[in-house]
Amino acid sequence: MSEHHHKETFVTKYIFSQDHKMISKQFLVTGMIMGVIGVFMSMLFRLQLAWPEKSFTIIEAFLGSHQTDGIMDPDMYLALVTIHGTIMVFFVLTAGLSGTFSNLLIPLQIGARDMASGFLNMLSYWLFFISSVVMVISLFVEAGPASAGWTIYPPLSALPQAIPGSGLGMTLWLVSMAIFIASSLIGSLNYIVTILNLRTKGMKMTRLPLTMWAFFITAIIGVVSFPVLLSAALLLIFDRSFGTSFYLSDIFIGGEVLHYQGGSPVLFEHLFWFLGHPEVYIVLLPALGITSEIISTHSRKPIFGYRAMVGSIMAIAFLSTIVWGHHMFVSGMNPFLGSVFTFTTLLIAIPSAVKSFNYITTLWKGNLQLNPAMLFSIGLVSTFVTGGLTGLVLGDSALDINIHDTYFVVAHFHLVMGVSAIFGMYAGIYHWFPKMYGRMMNKTMGYWHFWITIISAYGVFFPMHFIGLAGLPRRYYTNTAFPMFDDIADVNVVITVFAIIGGLAQIIFLANFFISIYRGQKASQNPWNSNTIEWTTPVEHIHGNWPGKIPEVHRWAYDYSKRIDPEDDDSDYLHGQDFVLQTVPLKEGEEAS
Amino acid sequence: MLALFYIFIGVAIGVSFWQITRIMNFRSVIATDKDNDTQGKLFLVFTAFLYAMMIYCLIGMNVIMLPESASIEGENDDILFNISFWLIGVVQFIMQFIIFYFSYKYRGRKNQKAKFYADSHKLELIWTVTPAIVLVVLIGYGLWQWNNVMDLSDEEDPLIIEVYSQQFRWDARYAGADNTLGLGNVNFIKGINTMGVDMSDKASQDDKQVTEIHLPVGRKVIFKFRSQDVLHSAYMPHFRAQMNCVPGMVTQFGFTPKYTTEQMRQNSEVIAKTEGINKIRSEKGEELYEFDYILLCNKICGASHYNMQMKIVVEEEEAFNKWLSEQPTLAEVIK
Repeated sequence: MSEHHHKETFVTKYIFSQDHKMISKQFLVTGMIMGVIGVFMSMLFRLQLAWPEKSFTIIEAFLGSHQTDGIMDPDMYLALVTIHGTIMVFFVLTAGLSGTFSNLLIPLQIGARDMASGFLNMLSYWLFFISSVVMVISLFVEAGPASAGWTIYPPLSALPQAIPGSGLGMTLWLVSMAIFIASSLIGSLNYIVTILNLRTKGMKMTRLPLTMWAFFITAIIGVVSFPVLLSAALLLIFDRSFGTSFYLSDIFIGGEVLHYQGGSPVLFEHLFWFLGHPEVYIVLLPALGITSEIISTHSRKPIFGYRAMVGSIMAIAFLSTIVWGHHMFVSGMNPFLGSVFTFTTLLIAIPSAVKSFNYITTLWKGNLQLNPAMLFSIGLVSTFVTGGLTGLVLGDSALDINIHDTYFVVAHFHLVMGVSAIFGMYAGIYHWFPKMYGRMMNKTMGYWHFWITIISAYGVFFPMHFIGLAGLPRRYYTNTAFPMFDDIADVNVVITVFAIIGGLAQIIFLANFFISIYRGQKASQNPWNSNTIEWTTPVEHIHGNWPGKIPEVHRWAYDYSKRIDPEDDDSDYLHGQDFVLQTVPLKEGEEAS
Repeated sequence: MLALFYIFIGVAIGVSFWQITRIMNFRSVIATDKDNDTQGKLFLVFTAFLYAMMIYCLIGMNVIMLPESASIEGENDDILFNISFWLIGVVQFIMQFIIFYFSYKYRGRKNQKAKFYADSHKLELIWTVTPAIVLVVLIGYGLWQWNNVMDLSDEEDPLIIEVYSQQFRWDARYAGADNTLGLGNVNFIKGINTMGVDMSDKASQDDKQVTEIHLPVGRKVIFKFRSQDVLHSAYMPHFRAQMNCVPGMVTQFGFTPKYTTEQMRQNSEVIAKTEGINKIRSEKGEELYEFDYILLCNKICGASHYNMQMKIVVEEEEAFNKWLSEQPTLAEVIK
């Protein structure tokens, strides 16, 4: 396929490209645009939470008829948190993260010319693009976009009488998500098939870099769980438009009894969280995979406990499909189920702990090259630990009763999956930018970006745990209706200030990113002295990735700082330098790791 | 138009960035030893920031948190919570220190060689087994307490109260002399019968509909929750109690109030919190706040979700009986 170079027009090269490298850039840039929208929304509702009675021209400017004198309406507040959640979880951290790096790295790291199906890959991107467009269009619906929370629990999401956003806005939300799921499924199938079938000679599964394992398992969870969300959405569409009663029963609203009989919202909750919880790991595992690779490379050390890392990814993936009920401890389901889900949920702490300790041991006695990618990876380990630990409280059903749906939950999941996954994504961008664009990103701006981001991330989400413990429910338009929350008003101001600083800091990143595409220093072939084979491809992208034959792989990806005498840390490097490309054959007498 | 103005400003900032970078050095891209040194030290500085913040939040924000459990069942919740929080707190402090200290200590230097250390079954066994043992304790205690709270099957003479939710208000119904709630369904909603009580049911006649919940101290209360329109969640944080209200089904939760409202107002934690609140309120010239138990909505339910509340009063048995006897029965109200 790469042997003959076919002519490319602008359209086939930049728009309807079937080249995985171009598609990955398309995913990234689309994800970034959605990210800007999602983060901007969070700025708006943070303003509202900190200064509920204050008028802001920026709110007046962007919210049109959904504000009065620069103060947003309650419905709009709910719409903003809903769309913020949807965009960040699905459009940025699923498509933007997985879509970008799975596409970029899978063929390059396993040694393939391209994805198994270039056409399906292109289709996956364009479906994602369409679903993004539909989601953005839904923001301009007169009655407002979907506003029933990103979890869209019916009946609120099913009845326009209950909230205006459940009219056309919700319809568009569902359409957008249905298209999104199609895109995600096509993408995931392609990733699975590619990794299973197109590995180059010598690239056994046990030699795959951990990024590949993470993307592979992520794709499998996606294929298992996304269809369930699709069916949940379809049934909701039936309820909304065709009068069925899957989720609705005994409802009196707007002065009349509705005809729905026999359905249950709890069914929707089960279906939703059967995707919703694995989704957390669909978001997080790629970030963890990226981090494993980066921490090892920039520590100049092999990743500690490769097998344990793979095993823990698998364990997390398996457990993630049997814990969804921990979102529903107080939903009214049978308490016995609550016991079961508590048990399975807390088990996830074990593989998570293994991963954290393994990261830390990888840092131990390393020779850390503190590039921006490495800083973000270390930041990920930190936020993953901070956010993960509070999971021990939330996952315990008895404790969850009183902190369910409070800001404690908001703090927990933002740290453990939001901030951590974003950090993984940033780490990946800083690390593989040279592979994507053939140039390097500026490191000084990278450092500023990292430090401001991590300080504001902790500044926003750490105090948030404690206002949750004060009993403050999430999704409150304002806390002024309850005098008992008057003493957290100051905390909300602090959080908002940190949020705005953190939000603005992302401009540094955007500037660095776009300027570096055109002005960055030209990259060398293997700028980070990495072992993996994507760095054996030429800097300039070519169709088919390698100009000649695909290189053969002879070892695992983590032979950093390997010594002549394995017992003696002072002996010389076995290969004369502190890294050994996977393509280098074993020396005589060298033991494979 | 204003939006365009903001977008214009954004573009202008972008363009100026572009211009600035023309003269900036984009050649520095890979960390040098000097960078490693600086960034490594910054990690130590950051550790200090993080520690300061964590300690401030743990101690300084203690006063805003919920007071001790006002229900007997909630006592174990508090104990379990304290155990868990101490545990994760200690682990958090240690782990963050190790992460950032290693990042500092092993910052790259030219002649430094990393240790080739790829595996240790012993270590991995340790950090698989240790969390597992700790979890056994947390899960065991947690499940015991969960069953404790959720199992309402063998209560003797509990007080039965229905909590009824709709956009955006709460109502409550006492079961009356027979302590049995009459049936209810949205089809019966008509005029003054706002909770849809089936008045042909004998048990309904002595039921009492109220807009404020009163509870006798020391007696088990079982709440039955219904919803009229969308999901709501009845959240009574002081009692460590929460349950969703689901249209089409009846859910339940139970607890035994431990302190009367008056007693709770004398609680030192409550006094401290109330003082803090009243300081803020008096500065703003608002009415002073007095502690009350409260029921809030904790499941997104629409525009006024943020203001769906009902007062709960816990009092001595006598006062409670007196209050209840003053409430009219449904048979008297609905003809």
